[in-house]
Amino acid sequence: MLEQLKDLHTQALDELNKVNNPRELELWRVRHLGKKSSLTKILRSLAALPLEERRKGGAQANEIKRALESSLEEKEKLLQEALLTSPLESQRLDITLPGRPLPAGRLHPTTQILKEICDVFKNMGFQVIEGPDVEWDYYNFEALNIPQHHPARDMFATLWIDAGMGEKARLLRTHTSPMQIRLMERERPPIRAIVPGRAYRYEATDATHESMFYQVEGLAVDKGITLADLKGTLFDFCRCIFGEEREVRFRCDYFPFVEPGVEVAIGCSACDGAGCRLCGYSGWIEILGAGMVHPDVLARVDIDPKLYSGFAFGLGVERIPMLRYGIDDIRLFYSNDLRFLRQF
Amino acid sequence: MKVSLKWLRDYVDIKLAPEELAERLTMAGLEVKGTQTIGGTWDNVVIGEVIALNPHPNADRLKLATVDLGTGQVTTVCGAPNISLGQRVPFAHIGARLIDPHTGEAIVLKPAKIRGVASEGMVCSEKELGISESHEGILVLPAEAPIGAPLGAYLGDVIFDLDVTPNRPDCLSVIGISREIAALTGEPLRLPPIHYEETEESIDSFASVDIVEPDLCPRYCASLITGIKIAPSPSWLQQRLNSCGMRPINNVVDVTNHVMLEYGQPLHAFDYHKLKGRQIIVRRAGNGETITTIDGTKRALNPDILVIADKEEAVAVAGIMGGLDSEVTDKTDTILLESANFNQATIRRGCSHLQLQNEASIRFDKGLNSELPLLPLKRATQLLLELAGDRAAKGIIDVYPGKSEPKLILLTAREVERLSGLKVNINGILKVLKALGFKCQESNSGSQISVSVPYWRGDIKCSADLVEEVVRIIGYEKIPITRLGSPLPQQKSNLSPSAQQSNLKEKLRNILTGFGFQEILTYSLVSLEKLQKLSPKLELKIPPLKVANPMTREQEYLRTSLRAGLLATLSHNQKFEQAGVRLFEIGKVFLPHHPPVIASEAKQSQEEKELPQEKEMLCAVLSGPRAELSWQADKEPFDFFDAKGVVENLLNQLGLKASFDIGDDETLFQGRGANIIVEDDKVGIVGDVHPRVAQAFELSNTICLIEVDLEKLLTKVTRIKEYQPIPRFPSVTRDIALVIDEQVSYRRVENIIQSFPLVMQITLFDLYRGKQIPDGKKSFAIRIIYQSPSHTLTDEEVDQTQEQMLARLHQELGATLRS
Ligand SMILES: [Zn+2]
Repeated sequence: MLEQLKDLHTQALDELNKVNNPRELELWRVRHLGKKSSLTKILRSLAALPLEERRKGGAQANEIKRALESSLEEKEKLLQEALLTSPLESQRLDITLPGRPLPAGRLHPTTQILKEICDVFKNMGFQVIEGPDVEWDYYNFEALNIPQHHPARDMFATLWIDAGMGEKARLLRTHTSPMQIRLMERERPPIRAIVPGRAYRYEATDATHESMFYQVEGLAVDKGITLADLKGTLFDFCRCIFGEEREVRFRCDYFPFVEPGVEVAIGCSACDGAGCRLCGYSGWIEILGAGMVHPDVLARVDIDPKLYSGFAFGLGVERIPMLRYGIDDIRLFYSNDLRFLRQF
Repeated sequence: MKVSLKWLRDYVDIKLAPEELAERLTMAGLEVKGTQTIGGTWDNVVIGEVIALNPHPNADRLKLATVDLGTGQVTTVCGAPNISLGQRVPFAHIGARLIDPHTGEAIVLKPAKIRGVASEGMVCSEKELGISESHEGILVLPAEAPIGAPLGAYLGDVIFDLDVTPNRPDCLSVIGISREIAALTGEPLRLPPIHYEETEESIDSFASVDIVEPDLCPRYCASLITGIKIAPSPSWLQQRLNSCGMRPINNVVDVTNHVMLEYGQPLHAFDYHKLKGRQIIVRRAGNGETITTIDGTKRALNPDILVIADKEEAVAVAGIMGGLDSEVTDKTDTILLESANFNQATIRRGCSHLQLQNEASIRFDKGLNSELPLLPLKRATQLLLELAGDRAAKGIIDVYPGKSEPKLILLTAREVERLSGLKVNINGILKVLKALGFKCQESNSGSQISVSVPYWRGDIKCSADLVEEVVRIIGYEKIPITRLGSPLPQQKSNLSPSAQQSNLKEKLRNILTGFGFQEILTYSLVSLEKLQKLSPKLELKIPPLKVANPMTREQEYLRTSLRAGLLATLSHNQKFEQAGVRLFEIGKVFLPHHPPVIASEAKQSQEEKELPQEKEMLCAVLSGPRAELSWQADKEPFDFFDAKGVVENLLNQLGLKASFDIGDDETLFQGRGANIIVEDDKVGIVGDVHPRVAQAFELSNTICLIEVDLEKLLTKVTRIKEYQPIPRFPSVTRDIALVIDEQVSYRRVENIIQSFPLVMQITLFDLYRGKQIPDGKKSFAIRIIYQSPSHTLTDEEVDQTQEQMLARLHQELGATLRS
């Protein structure tokens, strides 16, 4: 029996030497160490032998078993090593096959730019608040120095809920400026806030006009705020959004609720100031209206215009991605064609 | 307003190049939208005199014209019917750049033989020179045009197209713009001298003026000119009107328009003999009164409209349009010339009622001053005497019930700096204000200026207005660039409702884009039909707020739901999409507080009106195959459980756990819709869109829809969560397979299992029907993880719990363990 065990051992080791891959190794393991292997059979048959023989044979058989197990382990390591250094042909991938698709979710370009704008002003200490889209005539016009029959009403073609009702008429806000009044009614200086939101106009739509668009209103009120601060704030903003190189123009303009009034334009990126269709051949593209809060507006909300001053601005939001990405039709924004939205 | 540089030069010296001038005006608030150069291409065109005209040897209708150019004579072939001896004409040499009158394209004049005779150049029409569309004949220049001079020097001009802001009606005039230029460049302003002879007979013996409504007409001035001979205006006058975009009509009308452009004061000439009773009455129109205006339209008036009337009837709509009956015609020999001031709001109302707008009404609408009318009236009378009339009656009718004193405003250098941040000394301020026509008086030993506002600057009402004047003339580019130095306001708490809300919206946007949803933004205004389509029975639960003056029927009502926008967007995109579509919108819906009852809608009083509730909502839709077409992807379409999974995961990310009730929302298909419940409150819905609704939106696939009320959700997420310690003891995992009646919902099974305190997690990992399971039954394979916070569980404990659990499942639900 001891001879038999010895032969078994030699034969197993011979076979092991010929094993080349894990599959063959597994077959070898079943053959020599499995439940039906000769070694196992010998171990089982020991019980029927006399004690002395049983002890000897048992010791020998177990020793061979351990030896084979450790050889197996060694061989396994060897094979693994070999696999890692030169993998099998069947394990190679066609790495040019496309990857598994993941659904791509994106934010609307307006949401993206709104966040960018708000972040710039938040860094300057402005707080972000929102206000109602449906407004009273009072907040949209009267309180902003645009009473009934004021010629400046022509600047704001209005969608009315109630027509011809005076300051108690409801309307869709034509700008985010009514929030200037609401803010100053409930807070005292120092005030520093921006208001992103939708605005609406009674306007035939074309490539540059939409009946609904987004604005960001800004307001800062305190002692000692000047037009120079407004200039600095807006120049900082333009640099953040349009880059260091882009030219910025700060010129006099008229809005009834600010005095002095300002319009900010940036150099046209399409023609670099030479004049083209996009900029109306002026080389400049208006991006916002601004100015110092009119003393009558301050007085209306009980802020003493002799002690306090402030600036306000209203920024057209869609303009910015239009300039940045060369979008030539504002109507693309809210018609929600996925072939457009997926580009951002 | 269009204005000619040449005309401006009559009142102010301009040394700046046109582009520089345009830039300065724009920076100072008077935006130059466009600049048109006339004669910029006329390098080879000079003024000549026709000194001989001979017949063309080979053509009856052509002539050979000899033109003296000062430096020599040239002969040219000319077919114009209006050419005659002694005319001063524009002559184009070979090489001149002209307009081809037939194609309208720019051409360069080449040597040519016309019917066998060589032509050394040509005499040009206005169209060939690019001045106007006129090509009936050659352009005949005034007799004083200098022979041999380049035409560009004589006729060339630059036309600025100005965008005048509504606060500056004074800049709707050549003098007003000249004054701006004078102030900007430091040049003096030259106003036209006004002088004319009057007859002995006083105007009062010809006519009288009665203002019935002094509030609506603060001033009415008139002059009277006799011996009028209606004729075309001289060419200089026609040219000026043309350059400002107005059409010349006849000498009288042209003079009134010229003076309106010059001073900004609209004038109106009446045929004096057509005024019955020799009387002008300024009154409100009567109810039912009508007038036929000079455009031939019969117009219905009302008492809101101010009219100029004679003794019998209205002869003009004040400030807006004259009447046909009293219009100046070829037969007119005496005119009464009106220069008046009318109330701004009245003109505005009148224009909107009559749907009329013209050069006169545009000016009155911006608010003119009652001091203005006199000077322009005299200027026009003078011009009429020169160009159309014979004699002016003595004096001027001037009824002036609304005279107002000039405004006085105090200004200090300190105030200029306080608002603008720009340091300007008192002298600098005085210089600017004086140049703009303000009268200034220094007081308080020179630290303060008392400023008297000139009548043409009705827009200047307070010191801030003066600060703008000073800064814009000095130049906005001179304003320093500083950063806000004032203290920051106290920062709002991140836990404030508004901060929480915007925070929630941003979180949701991030989560949903992470789940592969594309954000869309749709219009707040929708059509009624679209909202109705959301219910299979086309019923509206909430009557939406209507816009009184919608642009289109597509945008007539304020949305009460985001669903319509999403379904319409899905429908729009479906034909382009290969793969499944996931869309969402976060936005406001508008819910009226007092839904108008249809019957009493008209009676609704003003007091009842409130702003609608603006409620933030989230709506999302899923449709089509779960993944893009791919060699490996899941090709199954989205179904209810995808949408439900989105809701569960979304709420999970917010730290909330949802349960689901059977829903009855009418947009959803019965039996395939659920209410989303968080802490016993319904916060939204999820389910398959009703096939009828889908059909109404022209959608074919199964559409899954999610809607969440963000205000309700906000109340759930604002509660600050309590930290749970990480479990310290190992868990035990057991799988069970239950066989149960088809009718029993999974939730009932889950509820029983959940009720055992040791159960930490339950996962349904298989739902099986078919072989080995009897008909009418189903099998749930459930993994249960047991864990205790206080000790390591023993097998006995778990076995015991599971036994009790199976007993209850059997007792209450008839569930048996699958063998
Ligand atoms: Zn450009």
